Amino acid sequence: MTTRQTSTKLVASGMADRPADPATVTTDMAHVVSTSTISDLSWPSLSPPDLIRAPSTSSALRGVGAVEGRDKPGHDDAETPPAKRGVTPARRLPVQKDWPTAAIVAVQIGILVVIIAGWEIGAATNFIDKFFWSHPSAIYHTLMIFFGTGDAFTDIAFTFRSTILGFLIGTFAGSALGLSFWWSKNYAAIVQPYIICFESLPKLALAPLIVLVFGIGVASKIAIATALTLVVSTLTTFAGVKSVDPDGEKLFYSLGATRAQVFRKLVIPSCLPWIISVLRVNIGLALTGAIVGEFIASQHGLGRAIIYAGQTYDIALVWVAVSVLSALAVAMYVAVSWIERMLHKGIKG
Amino acid sequence: MASTKLLIDDVSMKFATPPGVFHALDRISLAVPRGSFVSLIGPSGCGKSTIFNIVAGLQEPSTGRVLIDGVDATGTIGRVGYMLQKDLLLPWRTLTDNIILGMEIQGVKLAEARARALPLLRRYGLAGFENAYPRALSGGMRQRAALLRTLLFDTDVILLDEPFGALDAQTRLRMQEWLLQLWSDFGKTVVFVTHDVEEAIFLSDELHVMGTRPGRIIATIPVALPRPRLRACTATPEFMALKERCLDLLHRAAPPDIEDAA
Repeated sequence: MTTRQTSTKLVASGMADRPADPATVTTDMAHVVSTSTISDLSWPSLSPPDLIRAPSTSSALRGVGAVEGRDKPGHDDAETPPAKRGVTPARRLPVQKDWPTAAIVAVQIGILVVIIAGWEIGAATNFIDKFFWSHPSAIYHTLMIFFGTGDAFTDIAFTFRSTILGFLIGTFAGSALGLSFWWSKNYAAIVQPYIICFESLPKLALAPLIVLVFGIGVASKIAIATALTLVVSTLTTFAGVKSVDPDGEKLFYSLGATRAQVFRKLVIPSCLPWIISVLRVNIGLALTGAIVGEFIASQHGLGRAIIYAGQTYDIALVWVAVSVLSALAVAMYVAVSWIERMLHKGIKG
Repeated sequence: MASTKLLIDDVSMKFATPPGVFHALDRISLAVPRGSFVSLIGPSGCGKSTIFNIVAGLQEPSTGRVLIDGVDATGTIGRVGYMLQKDLLLPWRTLTDNIILGMEIQGVKLAEARARALPLLRRYGLAGFENAYPRALSGGMRQRAALLRTLLFDTDVILLDEPFGALDAQTRLRMQEWLLQLWSDFGKTVVFVTHDVEEAIFLSDELHVMGTRPGRIIATIPVALPRPRLRACTATPEFMALKERCLDLLHRAAPPDIEDAA
């Protein structure tokens, strides 16, 4: 997103600096378009959550098509003889052509194939150190063992369970806490600095303590996941509470409503979109919490598998566990996004 | 008209502000006859909305009382219907469920409340939108819904605080006629706040022109135009004379620095 903003700024400044001579502006424009094309090309390398939103992926790749659109005016420019300077040549709006979805998917798969093949060949020719990096065929072999005779399903279930429970507890308790601030301004004012303090505290730093207190079982992982999600939900819901329309409250009270009625019929429904908006963030945080808990001390879980494999130099297993973890993260993220959409639909009708 | 329905008795309102005591309202007295339509007009900041908040029980006056049917109702909520300029329809409720909000809060059963609301919805120009959500409606329709919600709250007195202020001129004219229709059907006592002199004259039995600093009533003008009123009456000499007089009063009431303030 930042790259896009920068390119927009470039356009603005290019236009503003030299407005007098149209020919100069033209060269500037061509330059700017090429800059934005380059920065657009780098879009797909953004963070994974951005890639999951399918529509943005295709629009990001559209930058490739812009090259064709840009070339035409560029050529016109080069051919314009000096005598004609000052006359703006007829020019069309550069249009990006959308690639068919199949072509985009093909390129995506192609990139993956090239990476894996390159890695395998590099390892076979000793260009890549197999000890540190492992190689695809060994990873595949380990994957088969992990799912065939290994602990794959136990580990996935363990991590999944602590993540989901931490997510649910943190989100519900946090939302309830945030909503409770509506009831008393004094109470909200008293509690708020503590909440903010807890928010700024690096909660993962408390993980060793939590593991000591809650033991090496599932409880400590749930506790860490809860700690990470709770504050986000609390603060977001509180922001929702603060944004409840005072005129709405006025309307309710003018109709003779009790505080409980205002809370139930106005405050909770107004805050629901805020509560829902943090679900996707929270599922990621809960997974992070669960994994860190497993890193510190655990008998099961994908986090524990990664740590164990790393300590025994089983790099193939590290890759396997990380891949499975990513797949789990994506699956949960997609599921929560779907739930979020359903809830939004339910609210807005 | 008949007996006094709403009596605002010697109400004043003061706020302590850093530069000193601010007189929002100075000893307002106002008797609204049962079933009449009364308008308050005045420049911004003359305390019209403060009067409404006090009558609705949302603010306590510094002095004075509010009597409804001769009973002291100062500082009690839920006695009058109150409609603000914003429609304040809840976006997560259908039109029907928005309109029954008042009844619902008063404890009327949902099914019964809906049964009472539906015929009115259909009769007053919202047929076909019973189950629509507010965002699907035009500004005029939203105001109609908000007004029906106020009417269905089933109080005798209704306060309308610039209900048509945000509508375009055409819709506004149609809404005024619609409001008069509703008023004669329901026989409510209406207190109406507006900036628009023509709107006030067209709708009301009586006008109260207000002045600022402190907010006070500077003139009470009865409107003797015959009812039912048609749009054509706005072109009669009587109407013009009333309008002239109101504008003149408002002009004199406006503080000299009004241009700076605006």
